[in-house]
Amino acid sequence: MNETKTAAQEEEVMSIKNVRVPSSPQDVHPNQPGDASVHLETQNLHVWFGKRLILEKVNLAFPVNSVTALIGPSGCGKSTFIRVLNRMHEFIPGAALAGRVLYDGQDMYDAAVDPVNIRTKVGMVFQKPNPFPTMSIRDNVLSGLKLAQMKYENPEEIVRTCLERASLWNEVKDRLDASASSLSGGQQQRLCIARSLAVSPKVLLMDEPCSALDPGSTRRIEETIREISSDMTVVIVTHNMAQAQRVSDYTAFFLSEDGAPAQVVENAKTDEIFKKPKDSRTNDYVNGLFG
Amino acid sequence: MSTTNNLIDLEGADHLSDSPTPRYFGREKSRTRSDKAFSGSVVVAALSSLFILVAILFYLATSSWPALQKEGFSFITGTTWIGGLDDPSLQVFQIWPMLYGSFLNALLAIIFAVPISVLLAIFMVFIAPKKIARALTIVVDVLAAIPSGIIGIWGFLVFTPVAEGWARLIHQYLGSIPIFVNNQDQFTRSPFITAWVLGIMIVPIITVVAREVLAQTPQDLLDAARGLGGSLWGTVRMVALPHARGGIVGGVMLGLGRALGETVAIYFVLNLIFERVNYYRILDPEGGSVASMIIAKFGEATPEEIQALLGAGLVLFILTLIVNLIANWIVARSARERLA
Ligand SMILES: Nc1ncnc2c1ncn2[C@@H]1O[C@H](COP(=O)(O)OP(=O)(O)O)[C@@H](O)[C@H]1O
Ligand SMILES: [Mg+2]
Repeated sequence: MNETKTAAQEEEVMSIKNVRVPSSPQDVHPNQPGDASVHLETQNLHVWFGKRLILEKVNLAFPVNSVTALIGPSGCGKSTFIRVLNRMHEFIPGAALAGRVLYDGQDMYDAAVDPVNIRTKVGMVFQKPNPFPTMSIRDNVLSGLKLAQMKYENPEEIVRTCLERASLWNEVKDRLDASASSLSGGQQQRLCIARSLAVSPKVLLMDEPCSALDPGSTRRIEETIREISSDMTVVIVTHNMAQAQRVSDYTAFFLSEDGAPAQVVENAKTDEIFKKPKDSRTNDYVNGLFG
Repeated sequence: MSTTNNLIDLEGADHLSDSPTPRYFGREKSRTRSDKAFSGSVVVAALSSLFILVAILFYLATSSWPALQKEGFSFITGTTWIGGLDDPSLQVFQIWPMLYGSFLNALLAIIFAVPISVLLAIFMVFIAPKKIARALTIVVDVLAAIPSGIIGIWGFLVFTPVAEGWARLIHQYLGSIPIFVNNQDQFTRSPFITAWVLGIMIVPIITVVAREVLAQTPQDLLDAARGLGGSLWGTVRMVALPHARGGIVGGVMLGLGRALGETVAIYFVLNLIFERVNYYRILDPEGGSVASMIIAKFGEATPEEIQALLGAGLVLFILTLIVNLIANWIVARSARERLA
């Protein structure tokens, strides 16, 4: 797929500002348990829905302030995996898991850990834009702070900076009291990002955030991802190979073969995954031969 | 090539004044016989319910007309009721104490029932394990199906002694607040007890509606709230309840209609006082209810009094109709908002 990129797309890649080196040591490779620069990692993770094993033996690490893309065919369990990372998986009746998910060195599934607290540290942006339709744009941005009962001062400042970081400010600064449902789909998704940023998470999970959006909004969201990853770890599921290359430092390829539980086939720096994948299945997938 | 021609034609047509007339579409017509039979019976059913409604209104209006005409507006606003006299001209029929009582009972019933119903619905939708939620659904449905006469007897024999104790406690500790004043040392047969009995009757209505609309909160909004670190209660308060607000208000209006029209149960548990309005002392054994008055008086009524009772029925009927219309409007509007 990357061979078929158009000149315009190429230019878009170049135009993205502050293309950034991970602030963690240059040679940090994901999947090195115990590294202090690792924020979030899974160890021997297995995930079930009821009796059905969906994911097995997932060992992934997400270094501080890096962007990791998760790619793989539909239905292989990327959304399931990402929901495990902020304890949203457990809302589904019959959901189960084994293994560990370490956040700042502590297993977030430990009985002593408050899941509500985890979800403020590890935020989530969903595939379908889901702003709160009964709230204004301003209240949407502040909703997370109220939901998590966090203390805050200067709401106007928070609203402004979060909307700016989500590159929505200029479009909505004159109508902050308008209903969130009056925005276009792309604007709604950027509002959802602003809403997530307001609670200052350390990790932001994004599940195909651009799959329903126009190219303009997609480009803005990609810029936002580059910008926020200066002080935030980002994990993004995407079906768009060009997007994975534009935004991510690392890429993990999930695959479920013949209905077997999905595993991580390959996991490396994004360049390596796309330019010289070690596994032939990765090569086939990133070049659009299946999926 | 032809496209180009069309474009030129269109531009050329610019100076012609005959712009096309739009054709609008009506409902699609029934074409098959079974379709026609179906739409025919639907129309008949719809019209017959409308016909029954109008017929009842017409009957009430015409048969109560002499009484209404004699009393004028004070039929509603006056507080005198003198019936059972041989000389019809000395009789006076005014229903304000009953009308006000109906509202007071219903309002108090709503105040008692709404928090219980909404909390129950929240429990059933968001907290209870599936099995318990299902069991509760059955309980609520059964409660809704109990005849009001049974609830009235139960209210009289079982509930009144219990609630009397509550009333005495409230009076003892909060008796300095005007609404809890009671100088008669009787704490039964009061609007307070009546409202609880009515509340028990309308809790199922409001609960069913609230549960229905709460359960329709879109999963992606709940996910959003939980994903932002919302606690269960925070999520319900900030997302589910605002979403369900319109529907719940509609359910409350339905309950209000039921409470306004309730007859037998109130008759069992309330002391009807026809010539004095108890405006706010809800623990006093004095109250009113239009519907209960009708059955209380009907047996020994003079012909003129029957006209007046039918007039009272007309007023109640119209009020309930208005409440129901408002309820329908609110429910429909909130459904539209949800779709938008
Ligand atoms: N709520 C659920 N209950 C049962 N199975 C589910 C549920 N959600 C997803 N699955 C199953 O888990 C697998 C992975 O789904 P998902 O994580 O959505 O994949 P992806 O995001 O990679 O497309 C699919 O086979 C799907 O059918
Ligand atoms: Mg998915």
